[in-house]
Amino acid sequence: MVNIEVVLFVVLAVLFVGSGIMVITRRSPVLAVLYLILNFFALAGLYLTLQAQFIAVIQIIVYAGAIMVLFLFVIMLLNLKDEEKLIEKITARKVLAVGLSAAVMFEILYIIWISTPGIERDVAKAEELGRVEAIGKALFSDFLFPFEVTSVVLIVAIVGAVILAKKKLD
Amino acid sequence: MNEFRLSDLWIIAPFLAVVLTSMAVLILEGIRRNNATASYATSITGLVTALGLTAATYGSADSGFRDMVSQGAFATYFSGLFIVVGLLTIVVSRGYLRRQRWQHGEYYALILSAVSGMILMASGTDLIVIFLGIELMSLAFYVLAGFFRTKASSNESALKYFLLGAFATGFLLYGVALLYGVTGSTNLAVISSKAGSLGGDPLFLLGVGMIVIALGFKVAAVPFHMWAPDVYEGAPTAVTGFMATAGKAAAFAAFGSVFLKGLAFTGTDVNLLLAILAALSMVVGNITAVVQNNIKRMLAYSSVAHAGYILAGVAAGNADGQTGMMFYVGAYAFMTLGAFTIVGMLEGVDGQGLTYGDYTGLSGRHPAAAFLMAVFMFSLAGIPPLAGFFGKYYVFLAAVEAGMTWLAVIGVLTSLVSVYYYLRLVVEMYFREPATGPDSHPAPGSMAIAALSAYAVVQLGIYPSILLNLINGRI
Repeated sequence: MVNIEVVLFVVLAVLFVGSGIMVITRRSPVLAVLYLILNFFALAGLYLTLQAQFIAVIQIIVYAGAIMVLFLFVIMLLNLKDEEKLIEKITARKVLAVGLSAAVMFEILYIIWISTPGIERDVAKAEELGRVEAIGKALFSDFLFPFEVTSVVLIVAIVGAVILAKKKLD
Repeated sequence: MNEFRLSDLWIIAPFLAVVLTSMAVLILEGIRRNNATASYATSITGLVTALGLTAATYGSADSGFRDMVSQGAFATYFSGLFIVVGLLTIVVSRGYLRRQRWQHGEYYALILSAVSGMILMASGTDLIVIFLGIELMSLAFYVLAGFFRTKASSNESALKYFLLGAFATGFLLYGVALLYGVTGSTNLAVISSKAGSLGGDPLFLLGVGMIVIALGFKVAAVPFHMWAPDVYEGAPTAVTGFMATAGKAAAFAAFGSVFLKGLAFTGTDVNLLLAILAALSMVVGNITAVVQNNIKRMLAYSSVAHAGYILAGVAAGNADGQTGMMFYVGAYAFMTLGAFTIVGMLEGVDGQGLTYGDYTGLSGRHPAAAFLMAVFMFSLAGIPPLAGFFGKYYVFLAAVEAGMTWLAVIGVLTSLVSVYYYLRLVVEMYFREPATGPDSHPAPGSMAIAALSAYAVVQLGIYPSILLNLINGRI
């Protein structure tokens, strides 16, 4: 008997990786962004299978919704041409960089798969933690201070954006 | 369950004062444009108030907001340092911005925001608060680095800093997430209580390693230092001085919170990792600084080297290491801020006047500036009896105590290399024919701040116990 969870995971994972590859191989930026949206939806689906409803919804509203619309707007406003083909030389430095990155990747994979004892799964707890109610409670009790500080961080970001991008400062 | 208490606000009083001042400056700018004087006066008043509040909280030890922030000698010392450096920077910037014809009140609001972020980095006892403090500070820095937005070098500086900084933030968050996954908490006290049993857990070590990378980037330790020379060179000089002193001190406060106060790693591989970073920073920073011809780039590589010395104190991981790190950060703040103040004073509008050649014969043209610069250079080189010497003495002593004699030896040897490029500037200023260099503008504010910094450097060199008592909470 096939577990529905496994089926969902395989479908979403294939969609996720496949659309990710399409994003970096498309020549037209608009197409790449559209595949990125598909990628975000697949990721939201993966979050759902992990019982993280809140993050899944946020993923769609914020990333697939707001941020990608901005992306599309910027690309259309800038009227980008298809990316020109870059001819890259393979240098010793690049070979070294790829080798080192691969080594780090295998180290991390080794840590996660082989040398770490099985991490216990607690579906009931995950279900409880993933709810909006639980996140809201945590935000306004334990994490009240960081939550409020975030507003200061956002204000600084807005002020900074205005200072750097406004046409005339005086 | 302890609910919200009004006394929690007292714990974050300095932070609140700085943030509210920053907002007040922004509102003021909205009401009265082109009135930088009002913003300037408000910023000074707010910072002095915050300094008073910091002094008032000195000696009390409490934590609030469900163990998110705490008071104590560590937090108070660093908060006081950030506020003082912020004050000095604002006074210097007033004249500097006027000379560069780029006066905007938002500048002060951003400096204040950066200071508030730094205070969180020093007083946070939870990785989330420390992360938010780092972001608050860094966002302000990215904008300040690009504040001269019509200059290509300033834009380059901001963009490079932003892209690499965002990358470092990714490492930090990934590290925090891994630690949370292993220990079930982001609170440093909880994490350190579980560190003993989890010490060898690969996921735990991976998380710690990621945090080392992120903080190593913020202090510009080798091999995460690539951004520093370009960013320091392109940013407005007053901002560079602020980033190199308060910014570095704040990153070391975060280092201290995570690796000295919270997680006790003494004698483990983590400390060896920190020691290797420290050694690399000393060697690469000092040797690369020798071949620089631009003063700002020289000071940038020198700041990489000093990050290495200070990291030696963190790597030692003992009580002396913490004291040494805190003393060094304070001493370094004054000598580097002073040096950048003089550099900013002599800088031309188009960014000329920044090479060694421009300082030739400065003692004839501007004797006071040349003398103060010489004091800072001697202190940076670690020549007794100036503050820089004692900073090095304490961190190397801590390293030897921790059984890392090799680290102290590398430190002393590379300090010898550094004497070359610091004294080269002194030779250039005093022992070469007075050339006709760029005219220096009268800058009473900058001169006063440089003199004050020089006084602090000499005073801390002769009586280091003033600062040591403050660090150890013995006043």
